[in-house]
Amino acid sequence: MLTGFIALYIFMLAAFTGYEIIGRVPSILHTPLMSGSNFVHGIVVVGALFALLNATSVTEQVIGFVGVLLGAGNAAGGYVVTERMLQMFKSSDKKKA
Amino acid sequence: MNAQLIIDASFLAAAFLFIYGLKRMSSPVTAASGIRVAGLGMLVAVLASFLYVFNVNEAAKPHLMVNAALGAVALAIGLGWAWTSGKKVEMTAMPQMVALYNGMGGGAAAAIGAVELFRTSAVHTIVPLVVTIIGSLIGAISLSGSVIAWAKLDGRINGVWRFTGLQMMNGTFFVATLALGLYIAFGAEGHAPVWMTASFFLLALIFGVLMTMPIGGADMPVVISLYNAFTGLAVGFEGFVLQNPALMIAGMVVGSAGTLLTLLMAKAMNRSVSNVIFSNFGATGTEEQGEIKGSMKPVDAGDAGINMRYSSKIIIAPGYGLAVAQAQHKLYEFVKLCQEAGVDVKFAIHPVAGRMPGHMNVLLAEAGVPYDIIYDMEDINGEFKEADVAIVIGANDTVNPAARTNKSSPIYGMPILNVDHAKQVYVVKRGQGKGYSGVENELFFADNTNMVYGDAQKVLVQMIQAVKSLDGGH
Repeated sequence: MLTGFIALYIFMLAAFTGYEIIGRVPSILHTPLMSGSNFVHGIVVVGALFALLNATSVTEQVIGFVGVLLGAGNAAGGYVVTERMLQMFKSSDKKKA
Repeated sequence: MNAQLIIDASFLAAAFLFIYGLKRMSSPVTAASGIRVAGLGMLVAVLASFLYVFNVNEAAKPHLMVNAALGAVALAIGLGWAWTSGKKVEMTAMPQMVALYNGMGGGAAAAIGAVELFRTSAVHTIVPLVVTIIGSLIGAISLSGSVIAWAKLDGRINGVWRFTGLQMMNGTFFVATLALGLYIAFGAEGHAPVWMTASFFLLALIFGVLMTMPIGGADMPVVISLYNAFTGLAVGFEGFVLQNPALMIAGMVVGSAGTLLTLLMAKAMNRSVSNVIFSNFGATGTEEQGEIKGSMKPVDAGDAGINMRYSSKIIIAPGYGLAVAQAQHKLYEFVKLCQEAGVDVKFAIHPVAGRMPGHMNVLLAEAGVPYDIIYDMEDINGEFKEADVAIVIGANDTVNPAARTNKSSPIYGMPILNVDHAKQVYVVKRGQGKGYSGVENELFFADNTNMVYGDAQKVLVQMIQAVKSLDGGH
């Protein structure tokens, strides 16, 4: 079980990781990176799926269904948009090649 | 059951791929591969989560077939809709689309919390219960707030909604929502009646709307970034409730990265995050400006183009007006003509140009402008004094010298692009209006500034034609 301090350790290390990744990014990549991190929290779809599979009442099923729908939208939309943006970044060296 | 082992291993792999992918996304050279690495992580995690069907609670076993079918349908609809809408959306409309997808993630996190809270039969312990409620609160605010941000950026809601006492009302509203949430945790110990839990979510959603409505369109980048961080936190918290480390790690990485990004953006506007959210920007200080001397000098677009063609160094400062006019392709066409004539052309990007930080870079990249002639403000500000020509296209407040000199100006202290240091400045502008801040721009009245009035795309077409006919005549 990930209770108490183990959970806090995970949160703490993850928080530093996020800080380090963004801290050194040139601002030209801020938009794709915001969009990319938006995609990463689309992992929430996995949690929503878990909640839906364990649903025991119609209320839970309806909410779970909405949750999976929204989470899938977050993940898929975030991916497509970020990939499209990053495809466009080219340096002038590559263009000549 | 071994299914749990496979699930755990897959989530570990996913967490690694997310972090490695984000890391690769932080350099322009490897960025495109970074998103694919992260995408692979998502694929692994989602596929592995299908193995949950072997591990459901005893109570849920009779419902498994229905639940699994619902899950597959929901996945298909969400994925299909987002995939097609994401492929279709124009690059200029990208910020609102990111806001929308982000809100969906917040909604999904709130939904996980709601399923937990409506399961009154379950035995709740206090720590996960409080975390569930906080995660739900943040997720729901992120959902409704992002939808408002989307509607504002998409032009579906115009104007700013403000009245005296608004902040007071919002504050009261938030306290009430939080108090209800805490009552569900500590008072009812997770067995609150359905109407109470439902009103908690309703209040949280309404608060998200109230909080976003008073914020102006130009501040939306900061707000979207803030909600992105919110969704990350909500996902991390709900991940703890579900005992899912992949959600915890991914959520918290995004939560902290998003918070830092929000701070960086607010700093670039010389404002604090609370100032963006709570202050009535532009409502004060606009009347105390001194009279500006001089007059605006309109010039013909063709003449301006020819003048630029014969200069030796040009720096271009684009703003959101360029995006609105969809003129980035024409701009690069003109830049290429100048480059062929031997002119050194550079782009200068203000940190808050466009509707998201780096939005201008994306739009220029879309037009094919190589990223190594695009410079950040700090890197190029010293070069303006060596430039023959500075071209301002669709930008206003980010080039207003009043930010340096006029203490009574609402934008005083904001770092700006030093376009006024160039020998000559051309401002391409639709009309004589003021910028978002409502401040008159003394740059437009300066001796070395020429105004080219018109839609940016039409102006650039005229400039291109003028330069082409000139070179064709030789």
